[in-house]
Amino acid sequence: MTQQSTAEKLDQSRLNSTQDLLSLTESIRGRRDEKRPVIIVCHGTGCLANGSPNVAEALRQAIKEAGIAAKVVPQIKTTGCHGFCSRGPLVIMQPAGIFYQRVQPDDAQEIIQATLVEGRPVERLLYEDTKTGERIIHDYEIPFYKHQQRIVLKNIGKIDPTDIYDTIGAGGYLALAKVLSRMSPADVVSAIETSGLRGRGGAGFPTGRKWASAVAASKKRPGPVYVVVNGDEGDPGAFMDRTVMEGDPHAVLEGLIIGAYAVGSNQGFMYVRAEYPLAIKHLNIAIEQARELGLLGKNILGSGFDFDVEIARGAGAFVCGESTALFTSIEGRAGEPRPKYIRSVEEGLWGRPTVLNNVETWANVPLIIERGADWYKNIGVPHSTGTKVFSLVGKIANVGLVEVPMGIPLNRLIEEIGGGTPGAGRFKAVQTGGPSGGCLPYELGDVPVDFDSLTKAGSMMGSGGMIVMDEHDCVVDVARYFLRFLEEESCGKCLPCRLGLKAMLEFLNRFARGEGSLEDLAELENLAKAVQDGSLCALGGSAPNPVLTTIRYFRDEYEAHIKEKRCPAGVCKDLISYIIDPEKCTGCGACARSCPQGCITGEKKKPHNLDPAQCIRCGMCLDSCKFSAVVVR
Amino acid sequence: MSKNSIKEKNIIGFTINGQAVEAEEGWTVLETARYNGFHIPTLCYHEAIEPSGACRLCVVEVREGDWSKVVISCMYPVKEGIEILTDSPRVHNVRRWVLEMLLAECPASKEIQALAAEYGVSSSRFASVDKENQCMLCGLCVRVCNEIVGVNAISFASRGTSKEIATPYKVPSTACVACGSCVTVCPTGAMQARLDQVRGDISQRTGHGHAH
Ligand SMILES: Cc1cc2nc3c(=O)[nH]c(=O)nc-3n(C[C@H](O)[C@H](O)[C@H](O)COP(=O)(O)O)c2cc1C
Ligand code: SF4
Ligand code: FES
Ligand code: FES
Repeated sequence: MTQQSTAEKLDQSRLNSTQDLLSLTESIRGRRDEKRPVIIVCHGTGCLANGSPNVAEALRQAIKEAGIAAKVVPQIKTTGCHGFCSRGPLVIMQPAGIFYQRVQPDDAQEIIQATLVEGRPVERLLYEDTKTGERIIHDYEIPFYKHQQRIVLKNIGKIDPTDIYDTIGAGGYLALAKVLSRMSPADVVSAIETSGLRGRGGAGFPTGRKWASAVAASKKRPGPVYVVVNGDEGDPGAFMDRTVMEGDPHAVLEGLIIGAYAVGSNQGFMYVRAEYPLAIKHLNIAIEQARELGLLGKNILGSGFDFDVEIARGAGAFVCGESTALFTSIEGRAGEPRPKYIRSVEEGLWGRPTVLNNVETWANVPLIIERGADWYKNIGVPHSTGTKVFSLVGKIANVGLVEVPMGIPLNRLIEEIGGGTPGAGRFKAVQTGGPSGGCLPYELGDVPVDFDSLTKAGSMMGSGGMIVMDEHDCVVDVARYFLRFLEEESCGKCLPCRLGLKAMLEFLNRFARGEGSLEDLAELENLAKAVQDGSLCALGGSAPNPVLTTIRYFRDEYEAHIKEKRCPAGVCKDLISYIIDPEKCTGCGACARSCPQGCITGEKKKPHNLDPAQCIRCGMCLDSCKFSAVVVR
Repeated sequence: MSKNSIKEKNIIGFTINGQAVEAEEGWTVLETARYNGFHIPTLCYHEAIEPSGACRLCVVEVREGDWSKVVISCMYPVKEGIEILTDSPRVHNVRRWVLEMLLAECPASKEIQALAAEYGVSSSRFASVDKENQCMLCGLCVRVCNEIVGVNAISFASRGTSKEIATPYKVPSTACVACGSCVTVCPTGAMQARLDQVRGDISQRTGHGHAH
């Protein structure tokens, strides 16, 4: 943290005009020494868990010991997540941009000595290209970053999110200044409409149109209007919103203030899941610092516009991210969805017109205002403009967070940026849109990743979670996995969801045991459609997606379970058996020792035997064999 | 909703199963359908209580131009020019599955069995957890106690598949006035069997709350 500088600069008195803000931006930029070494140590949740604070401390120590203080004191800066969490802790040496991965405290001395004193990189800590094996020095040359277009994430990994001056130096709040000095609320709404921005929280509703409806609704019924940030992010494996809130909280706040000005709101809420303590902390700091500078509160930047914001902690349930459940939760009641034939822009929080947008949606707003709707509109594809942040997880080499222009083909995202599946094989399927999204096969790899193409393929953009699967994943098992998650998260209010998800699971469990018939498969599809049509909220409404898409794209795999009692991926326990290949078995005995059933026998140095009658198919022997002699049939 | 208010109201015209109908602004599709003699099954609806949209048995298909959607008639507001289908294939599909799942959920409810039979569902492929269960958690009892009686003696506890209707701490409620409204509105017969758990032993009451 750049604490000394923050304290010194917090003497800055309240900004009373947009001109005051511009002067502050200039003065922060002017004070910067472009040549001063800055060592960036990622302090995102992933790197923190891997011990990055110890790395930062070791680097501080090493700088002292090396005695460089005499020349220029290198600054250690802790930032939000860079997205490449699987390589953390990350250390980046600026201004050169040398990228070190998996850095441990023990590496600190060598990093300082080599990079800062001798001016050469530490080879062994550089990124190694997964295909060519070549070492890459700079972050911007690494394929993972090279093919991205980071605009929402542009500051993350560069600024200290707990220091408002660092944000302002990077251009923070310039869009707000522009809005307050030169734009009417209607201009702002129309800029957002022109930009083509669509909601990043799931449904892809046009943001400008939503704002315009709220304005219209509040004209009909004068009174308070609310703006709300949806930071509930309940999808397992998704962490884009967390990263934005932790790494650039002011971007979300600035977007919200601009939106409030546009729709005439004086009170906002940030609904953040309680499991995100770092995000809550950083947002709280951001709110306090913004208030102190007069960017929030009464008479913002002397414009006469009042707006303040409160953080509401999420109740922890996935369904609380649904708009009506989120409102009841903020109002202090159990987070349960309500039927909404009246839209929340008309009757939202406390029955008043309310604009609810996702974290990433809000973070796009300052960009559009600052650089113009036309600039924004040219990124991406016509009906899905701008970029989207995705989290790549599952069987993929570069697990992490990426930002790409909308419309990028699915396989470019997975192969080029994600580095493909580890090992020799290609990916088998990708679940896009989180647990209630759809499962798309390798053959649809050229599908453009945009709202409408994904929906057409039976999946959805959702919030941007991507789970990659390879040939060791069984689609019946995958469908069961997502359904079980959603069944747990169902609020239980409406029958098609509470009973239907359980009933769909009963069908799938039968298939996984090799039971059931092709007629059952057809009935499962009918049931899935009943749940889609009949459920109260989109949790139940979209929960059948994984079932319907796996049947649509992998029908032969379902049929193999049902007709041949065979699980082609070798996953469904009731349909597989383990055998020992006598050609490969060296008789080392490792499997026999690992087997909890004691069903593997044999003499030392002679091929062993496995008794299928006693085997519970736990897979311990498979994991223990170093000679690939245990095979799944 | 009063259907014979003297005040002039906007009249809305649309069709149900192809037949032209008229409704006052603010009516729901269900109210209009029943007023005009169309049959739509309901479980969690009662005209004296705010609708909650839980059972989804009252679904209808609404068409507007080339757009079509399945909605619940007990809450869907009427709109000029829409076409309502009360028994389209999509509607029928939702209803038959809800009823088959309900048969397994509430195997002891005669009312559910009768309703299911009406839609040609006589047995269920799904597992019954509790053979004695009659409650489908429609929430009418909770809502009548809260909205009409105003004593909040019962409420929902827990959520998802472990959701249930209970008195606070699952002991007989001192708030219960033993009025029996919950029994009256219950569509499955479940509350009949449960009332004693809610009100406790009436003979022990003193008029100043009662001893547990
Ligand atoms: C079960 C369920 C969970 C949801 N969770 C989230 C969430 O965590 N974050 C989010 O932004 N939107 C979530 N949504 C979507 C919201 O209801 C809403 O559409 C969104 O916040 C609107 O913002 P946007 O237009 O900017 O996308 C969820 C929807 C459902 C049905
Ligand atoms: S669809 Fe599921 S989560 Fe949504 S209201 Fe119904 S039971 Fe609750
Ligand atoms: S937390 Fe450091 S790269 Fe993600
Ligand atoms: S009667 Fe309409 S949802 Fe139950």
